[in-house]
Amino acid sequence: MKMPAPDAALIARKAEIVRALKRIVPGEGVVSELAGLVPFESDGLSAYRQTPIAVVLPETTAQVSEILGWCQANGVKVVPRGAGTSLSGGALPLADGVVLGLSKFNRVLEVDYANRCAVVQPGVTNLGVTAAVEAKGFYYAPDPSSQIACTIGGNVAENAGGVHCLKYGLTTNNLLGCELVLMNGEVVRLGGKAMDAEGYDLLGLVTGSEGLLGVVTEVTVRILPRPETARAMLLGFATVEGAAATVGDIIAAGVIPAGLEMMDNPAIRAAEAFVGAGYPVDAAALLIVELDGPEAECAELVGHVRMLAAERGADFVKTSESEAERLAFWAGRKAAFPAVGRIAPDYFCMDGTIPRRALPQVLTRIAELSAEYGLGVANVFHAGDGNLHPLILYDADVPGDLEKAEAFGADILKLCVAVGGVLTGEHGVGVEKRDLMGEMFDPTDLACQQRVKCAFDPGLLLNPGKVFPTLHRCAELGRVHVHRGKVAFPELPRF
Amino acid sequence: MIDTAVRTLKPTTPEEVQAIVAEAGAGARHIEVVGGGTKRAIGAMDPVDLALSTQRLDRIVDYAPEELVLTAQAGVRLADIEKLVASRGQMLAFEPPRWTRLVGSRGEPTLGGVLAANLSGPRRIRAGAARDHFLGFEAVSGRGEVFKAGGKVVKNVTGYDLMKLMAGSWGTLAILTEVTIKVLPRPRTETTLLLFGLPDVRASEAMALALNGPFDVSGAAHLPSFAARARPLKAELATTALRLEGFEASVAARVDGLAAALKGYGRIDALDDQHSREFWNQIREVEAFAGDPRPLWRLSLPPATGWRGPHGLPGDALYDWAGGLAWLLTEEPAEKVRRVTRELGGHALCLRGAPAFAPRDGPLGALQDRVKAAFDPLGVLNPGRMEGGA
Repeated sequence: MKMPAPDAALIARKAEIVRALKRIVPGEGVVSELAGLVPFESDGLSAYRQTPIAVVLPETTAQVSEILGWCQANGVKVVPRGAGTSLSGGALPLADGVVLGLSKFNRVLEVDYANRCAVVQPGVTNLGVTAAVEAKGFYYAPDPSSQIACTIGGNVAENAGGVHCLKYGLTTNNLLGCELVLMNGEVVRLGGKAMDAEGYDLLGLVTGSEGLLGVVTEVTVRILPRPETARAMLLGFATVEGAAATVGDIIAAGVIPAGLEMMDNPAIRAAEAFVGAGYPVDAAALLIVELDGPEAECAELVGHVRMLAAERGADFVKTSESEAERLAFWAGRKAAFPAVGRIAPDYFCMDGTIPRRALPQVLTRIAELSAEYGLGVANVFHAGDGNLHPLILYDADVPGDLEKAEAFGADILKLCVAVGGVLTGEHGVGVEKRDLMGEMFDPTDLACQQRVKCAFDPGLLLNPGKVFPTLHRCAELGRVHVHRGKVAFPELPRF
Repeated sequence: MIDTAVRTLKPTTPEEVQAIVAEAGAGARHIEVVGGGTKRAIGAMDPVDLALSTQRLDRIVDYAPEELVLTAQAGVRLADIEKLVASRGQMLAFEPPRWTRLVGSRGEPTLGGVLAANLSGPRRIRAGAARDHFLGFEAVSGRGEVFKAGGKVVKNVTGYDLMKLMAGSWGTLAILTEVTIKVLPRPRTETTLLLFGLPDVRASEAMALALNGPFDVSGAAHLPSFAARARPLKAELATTALRLEGFEASVAARVDGLAAALKGYGRIDALDDQHSREFWNQIREVEAFAGDPRPLWRLSLPPATGWRGPHGLPGDALYDWAGGLAWLLTEEPAEKVRRVTRELGGHALCLRGAPAFAPRDGPLGALQDRVKAAFDPLGVLNPGRMEGGA
């Protein structure tokens, strides 16, 4: 993975840039010493590291506006950063850029139960939103695995998902509004507490834009009342096909579970060894099915799912009988990534989505690739929505292993696209999948997206080098090609 | 305005759409984009040279019920889509309205039109809007380029979410030629609880109480006495309605729980499955206000204080989305309706009697203009629509 060549002239201006930032954010809000910059060198995609010119940690929207305005006027690139948990390198710094950290925006500004929403600053953690409202029986639905650390601002940037988004949606389905600072320093408010807003849905556009369109300085999220009960089921199968077919049957029966996860045998073993959640370590595939709602509904649906699983040959069935047991069932799944981290020195987490019907075929091919590359793989799968997370095991200290793992990952994602799926279900493109964008989109598709970027940031200064494989200047993209003369399709009826 | 004198082209392939748009751009001509033509009266536009109807792009491309995904060309009629998914026990969860009787139009909306206008019915409060179910598309931009975005799976964050941008763009950015949407299981049964005679403020409280409890309410509407008296409900008193949908045992349990929670609000009636469906169809279509000659507004407001909009704007109102959507018949000047709504943190769309959209202004308006220019720099598609023109 190559980042755009750093601009040596910008790096040489470090002293001047730091001085300007310190004028805007006095005190300890600007980090420029090498030792202080180290923690910001990387995000959750730790295979890539880069030291930025400086890190600036503003506390107010006015400061963010001033920083961006100054950087635009001076041609300085900016990488926004929340908690730095991105798995696709979305917050990877640029050697010739400044990191804009939102960690000091950490307050819950308002909880409005009557309108079922909360207004929070972007540095509040995902779990922090729920913590602010749970005393009154509410919660914030999207729950990425990193929810204890990841921030709402980052969730907006990446359109974060989680294990419950089959029923409750991704971040984009749970937002009402935000305050956004554009690269030119202008501050705009998108949406609010109403359910839609005037004009184009820029809130929807900005969500998942991976920090390329603006910096979010305030977020209004929907909060939901907790379901009366929730029960989780563990269903073990001797074959992947049996588990996959059960998922299809559950949905075909009209049941949309709150969570519907699958793990393959290596993932089951790793999680069980780490957490001791009671998983069947000999199963080829494990389903975790969560059903929520009134007691009566859960009871009915648990029975229904149990029957469907039995018909497909489930030989391990366990239903949570208490909240503690339900959480224990999930503990293994939520710890799957660190658990795999214990069995290999390093791992890459892939994130493609496939039509579920292609699952057995895709897992078979992944196993073949694993043998070809000589690298282990464990699969965890948001089975309900087809979002596959193969974890490729490698050792960065072995020369060539990282490159092999990257190539293996790219093959998996190409496979996802080939069977009708997509490159990323929830982790974002970032730098990780940037060069694979051409697998899904042709140059015209990408030009349309990049022109949107130009509408927000014509200087391409905000988080450049992410998402798009090729940087085109906006002037070049904006040209209108008019082909005068010949009328196409003269045979077309015109009436 | 609608100029019925202009010719209407009805291309049958995306390539033909592309050719027409490219040719129009080259000749500095302007195109009105039409699906079923049922919402042409909403959002006046500058004069156009021709109309382009997507009606003949009418193929279902792929429907995979077990994947919860449907791909169709944009001109497929909404009724045909709904019939198809119903045959497999599924639905478009955002419950798209037609508004044909409401705005006095004829014909049948298309799927592309519904998405382009981001039309969502009473289930919006629980299931989200059209934009939340819009997974991917192919389209022709105002530049005359064929492009695509999104995907054909339910979970995808690859590239910008241009589906959100297209939803509610009223055909001003691109002509959708093929769309992929998420479909969901249709609830097995439904029941609606009715409360009577509540003043708007009290009804708003009751709806909030219902939505803030573990009842999974999928429709919350309030009809003050004028709307309740109108056809087809013809009720004596103001009526507040709360819908519960799902599996039988679950609905029964939630009906009991919700009725107990609402004990302080007087007599409670229930509408059974069939009557409940009819009732919400009428709410979705705002039947109570069809045929009324007064200017008609759709106000989107923070739900708990939605009533403040109509209370500051004399006229007759009907509330959906737990108060977050106020339908208003009023003779008040358009500027006042927009100002009052904005001050309350919402916005107003006029369906009849005034410009539909507010003029764009400020940095946000300029940003919207730049987004329009990114897709349609020559202003070929639906010129002036969404820009506050008369």
